[in-house]
Amino acid sequence: MRPCGVFDKSYGLDIAIIRTWQHWVILISALILLFLFPLFGSYYIISFMNYLAISVIVGLGLQIVSGYCGQISFGQAAFMAIGAYTSAVLTIKFGVSFWIALPLSGIMAGLVGIIGGAPSLRIKGMYLAMATIAIHFVVIWLILHMEITGSFKGLFPPPPSLGGFEFDTDERMFYIIMTVMVIMTYAARNLVRSKVGRAFVAIRDNDLAGEVMGVNLYYYKLLAFFVSCFYAGIAGSLWGHLITVVNSEQFTLMHALEYIGMLIIGGMGSIPGVFFGVLFIRILNELVMFTSPLLAKAVPWLGSSPAAALGLVAFGLALIIFLIFEPRGLAHRWEIFKASYRLYPFAY
Amino acid sequence: MSQDKHNAAINIEGISLRFGGVQALNDVSLEIREGEILSIIGPNGAGKTSFFNCINGFYHPYKGEILYQGKDLTRLKPHKIASLGIARTFQNIELFSGLSALDNLMAARHIHMKRGALSGCLFFGPTRKEEIANRERIEEIIDLLEMESIRKKVVGSLPYGERKKVDMARALCMDPKVLLLDEPMAGMNVEEKEDMARFVLDIFELKKIPIVLIEHDMDVVMDITHRIAVLDFGTKIAEGLPGEIKNNERVLKAYLGEE
Repeated sequence: MRPCGVFDKSYGLDIAIIRTWQHWVILISALILLFLFPLFGSYYIISFMNYLAISVIVGLGLQIVSGYCGQISFGQAAFMAIGAYTSAVLTIKFGVSFWIALPLSGIMAGLVGIIGGAPSLRIKGMYLAMATIAIHFVVIWLILHMEITGSFKGLFPPPPSLGGFEFDTDERMFYIIMTVMVIMTYAARNLVRSKVGRAFVAIRDNDLAGEVMGVNLYYYKLLAFFVSCFYAGIAGSLWGHLITVVNSEQFTLMHALEYIGMLIIGGMGSIPGVFFGVLFIRILNELVMFTSPLLAKAVPWLGSSPAAALGLVAFGLALIIFLIFEPRGLAHRWEIFKASYRLYPFAY
Repeated sequence: MSQDKHNAAINIEGISLRFGGVQALNDVSLEIREGEILSIIGPNGAGKTSFFNCINGFYHPYKGEILYQGKDLTRLKPHKIASLGIARTFQNIELFSGLSALDNLMAARHIHMKRGALSGCLFFGPTRKEEIANRERIEEIIDLLEMESIRKKVVGSLPYGERKKVDMARALCMDPKVLLLDEPMAGMNVEEKEDMARFVLDIFELKKIPIVLIEHDMDVVMDITHRIAVLDFGTKIAEGLPGEIKNNERVLKAYLGEE
C-alpha cells in the first residue's frame, strides 16, 4: 500500500514487502494488538480466532502446493490428521515434550506428503486430485485400524507446558498458535517470492518451459508437497493439543474440500488470499450456526435436517458465486483496491 | 567465416528420431560452431522443431549423438541440459502466463541462484543479496531488448509481439552458452521483424555466443545468418553459405516442388 507518487529507488526497495516506516508502524502495532487480544477479547472470540489461525496454517500449505505449484490436493485434512496423531502419540506414548513433537509432526506429515505427492510426477490436474482423495481415505483407514492411534476412540494429547506453566486454556494456547501462525505466514510469503516460489509457479503455468529454464520438475513438485504437508502437520499438532482430543471424525474429506473452497474464494496463488478465504468461510459457518435454529423455528415443516444442511448449501452457493463472478477470489479485489489507491487521485 | 578454422559448440552426429511410423529425423548431422548465427530452414513438418527438441532433451533420439562440451546430451533431462547452458525459445510462446515479465525473467535465473527453500523462507541477508544481484543482471537484458515499459505487466495480458520478446529475453537471462531460437519472427509485421532481427544481431555482437535460428522469412535468414542448414522430411538436404543455398537445386525442389 503506497500512496501516489512514492517510487522505489533501488531494486532492494522494489522487492521489499514493507516499504515505508508507516508500514512498519502498522505491522508492529497490529502484532502488539494481536498478542494483547486475550486481555480484552471474549472467550468465544478467542477460541474462534484459534480456529481461524489453525485454518490459516493449513490453508497456507494448500496454497503453496495448489495455488502456487498447481497440484490440486484433496489430502490436506489427512495430512493434518497425520500431524495431530504424530504429535499425540509422541507426547502420550513416548513422553516427548510438545515443543519437540510440534516440528516432528510437521516433518512426519511432510514425509508422508512426499509419498502422497509421488503420483504428481506422472499425472496432472483432475487425475491427481482423484489420487489425493485416495490418499485421504488410505490415511484415515490406517488411523482407524492401527493400535497406536487408538483406532476409533482416538487419543487425548495433554496441553503443552513450559517450565511448569500449563497452556491448558484457549487464552493460553492463543499465544502459541498465533506465534506459530505469524512465523509460518512470514515463511510462506518469503518462500513464494524466492527462487523456489518462482520454480513452483513455473511448474503451474508451464511445466515444459520450466524444465527448459532448468527447473527440476520432480524435485520441486515433491518439495511443494513436502512444504504443504509440513504446514498441515504443524496445524494438526496445534489442533490436537488445543482441544486435547484427536479422532478420525475431525479430519473428513469435507474438511479437505473446505480448504480448497477457501483458496477459491480467497484467491489462488496469493498469501493474503488465504486469510480472506479462511475468514470468509469460517464467518459464513458461524452465521449459518446462528441462523439455522431461527430458520428451523420459522419454517417448522422443513424439519431439522434441512437446517443442518444449510451449512453445505451456503458453502456450495458461495463457491458457485465466486467461480462465476470473481474466479480470482477476494485477493484479486484487494489487488485492484491497492492499485487504485496507488494511483489516486488520478485515473491511470 | 572461414570454413577451416572453427570450434564446434555442439556437434550433432547422425541423430534419428521416430514417432511410430513417422521418421521425424533421419540421420541428421550438423555442427553448431562457436561465433556463428546458423539458420535451419525447411518446409513445414521438415523436423526443425523436433531437431531443437532433441538438443534440449524433450525428445531422445534412438540413434546418434549430440556432443556438447565433451558430453552426450541425448540421454539427459531438459533441466540438466538447461543448466549446462543451452537456452531456447518456443514457436508458440510458452511463458509463465501468471507472472509479470520481470518474474518470468527472474525465473530464468533459476540455474544461477543457489539458495534453497529454507533460506528462501527467511529471505534475509545472502538470499536477498542474491536476489538483487540477479535482478541487476536481468535489468541489463531488459535494457538490451527495450522492454522497460512492460516490466511489471502480467505476460498473459501482453500483445503477441511483446510476448515473443519476453520469451527471447527469458532465454537470454539464463546467460546461455548456446541460444536456440524457434521462429522468433513468426506472425510479426515488417517493423517488428526488423526489430527482432536487430535484437538477434545485438545479442550476437554482445554475447558472442552461437545462435541457432529456425525461421521461415527468407529475407531475414539470408540477411543475418552466416550459415544455413536445410531440412526436408527429416533429412538434411543442404548446408552452406546463404549464397550457395539460394542456388541449391535440391533446396529449390524441396520448396517449390518438381518442375
